[in-house]
Amino acid sequence: MLDLRQYNSLGDALRAALERWPNETCLIEADRERENLRLTYRQFKETAQPLARTLQDGGLISENRAAILMTNQSKWLISAYAVFFCGGVLVPIDYKLTAAEQIKLLQHSKAEFLIVEYHLWLAITQAEGFGKLPTRTVLVTEAPNNAELSGAKRWEDFTDSREPVFVPRERRDPACIVYSSGTGGRPKGCVLTHENYLEQCMALTSLYPFWPGVRYLSILPTNHAIDFMVGFIGPFTCGATVVHLRTLRPEFIREAFTKYQITYMALVPMVLKNLEKGLRQRFAELPKGKRTVLNGLIGVNRALTRRRPNVKLSRVLLPQVHQAFGGQLRALFVGGAFTEPATLQFFYDLGIQVGNGYGCTEAGTAITLNDFKPFRADTVGKPLPGMEVKIVNPDSEGIGEVAIRSKTLMSHYLDDPEMTADTIVNGWLVPGDLGRIDSAGHLQLFGRKKNMIVTEEGKNIYPEDIETYFEGLSVKEFCVFAANYLWPARTMIGEQLVLVVHPEPAQPLTAQVVANIAERNRRLLNYKRISGYLVWDRDFPTTASMKIKRVELAEQIRQTVERSAIVPL
Amino acid sequence: MAKYEQMKTLQDTTNEVLDLAATHFKVPREQLTPDDDFFKRLGINSLQALDLLTRIEQHFHIELPDYELQGVSDFRTLAERIQSRL
Repeated sequence: MLDLRQYNSLGDALRAALERWPNETCLIEADRERENLRLTYRQFKETAQPLARTLQDGGLISENRAAILMTNQSKWLISAYAVFFCGGVLVPIDYKLTAAEQIKLLQHSKAEFLIVEYHLWLAITQAEGFGKLPTRTVLVTEAPNNAELSGAKRWEDFTDSREPVFVPRERRDPACIVYSSGTGGRPKGCVLTHENYLEQCMALTSLYPFWPGVRYLSILPTNHAIDFMVGFIGPFTCGATVVHLRTLRPEFIREAFTKYQITYMALVPMVLKNLEKGLRQRFAELPKGKRTVLNGLIGVNRALTRRRPNVKLSRVLLPQVHQAFGGQLRALFVGGAFTEPATLQFFYDLGIQVGNGYGCTEAGTAITLNDFKPFRADTVGKPLPGMEVKIVNPDSEGIGEVAIRSKTLMSHYLDDPEMTADTIVNGWLVPGDLGRIDSAGHLQLFGRKKNMIVTEEGKNIYPEDIETYFEGLSVKEFCVFAANYLWPARTMIGEQLVLVVHPEPAQPLTAQVVANIAERNRRLLNYKRISGYLVWDRDFPTTASMKIKRVELAEQIRQTVERSAIVPL
Repeated sequence: MAKYEQMKTLQDTTNEVLDLAATHFKVPREQLTPDDDFFKRLGINSLQALDLLTRIEQHFHIELPDYELQGVSDFRTLAERIQSRL
């Protein structure tokens, strides 16, 4: 790989990679069984240059913000490189958000440039708030001929062959603004520097190396910090190949594993569990004799890999399982949320390593990662090289709040010094999780200290954002909490939201109000739904400006009622 | 088959989509209406929605690219996208 210590910016390092491996394949884009595109590093450079020229002609200069709003596809990476080449700051926007939410983040980021897929652009032009977009140049990809683009330009029209001018950046300059959450009340735009990414890339590739010939299958959204790192910066600075699959249908993912001989893939716990379910089902359908043999071989593999993984041996012992993953798979990376140990153990016993760890966008992706020396399903691994992890105010069992210090910590939250000061204290990031470092140096997690939940799909849900759906409820006041925040449960799984309602004085909660709560709840997406409500008969503590003092209220509830008081919906 | 598909109205297509969703996720057909958000009404996640799309593709003999359906969450819009491909 490139020696990233020699480079000052992502644009600088990527540009060097394109020169270093001109004839290696860097990018393949497939749609179901069809291959749309295959580029070498040289061809990638030739494709990106006209776009960079277009952006420069459009006025993109250092530190101008340029947003990308696309599903996983080749133009995402080409556009990102062009932005870095021009010295711009990239704003990756989540394509899974609603158009209104995307507009809100574009406004918050003050992005002047937007590169967007046609269908997503169409939805934005029809959404409320379209007129308030801050962008002055919009490039739309894959627009049909004669499509009305509402003032945008067509990506494919730019073929200017004049050489664009490379704009150098310093390591401490901002590279990206990544929204970790906050589509509700308060957008959290993490400002990450070039140094953050270069340092993170060196740390990750020291444990999970890439090299020419390695193929990474990209199905997690590239706007997500994990895919951006292991599905772009990591493989590109090592001469490896990224395979974009433009569908998430399991049957085509299975096919891609074999067709492209995939080495690595990142996924969220929900997809990993789905894979586990499918495999378990196939094992259960085997005739009894074959099933007994399989279980025996899994047992042998488990025994022989107890101290360290041995992928060659596992491929020999369990050839059909490994062939189903293409025969070249070295590891799956799971992230975005907590993964159950039983699932990790299931895959490890089959000889499939799952790179499981702990991280957050604010820390530039991963903080800890399992190193398989030996494999342990009960922890989230050891701190990556360059990461300092400590436990603040540990109790008698050593459990306290996790704090992190490293060169990968974001610079700040965009335009929010107050939230930045709450999150980075004296140079230490405090994401709000409870953990313990054991005698082997592994981090174990025991729940959250802050009022939030993370779903298996990797979505951060802030209870405050859910409250808007219950506004107008016929009660005196209400508040939403994460149940594990009210009653610390020392677990990272089974997280749920609870609605605390304070009825009007002398009026018990009527069946009608309960029905109204249930009806409003049904209108929420399933992962945002509250699992029950709790009746509270005292006034909520409030500030002078009548805002609920959540910490105080939570403490009162914790002291007064048990978790069993939640009435399930 | 192609001729038959061309004769379908948007309402036919919408009804067939609702029938398929009701059968696939075992919910009473009468509980589903065209304007329902299928994620919310069926209580499904993104993977389950893909499962439904595959079932719909098989039924209508068409291909519905995932990326073109980003942001589509109600039965009516889904039926319109299907109709435009029949």
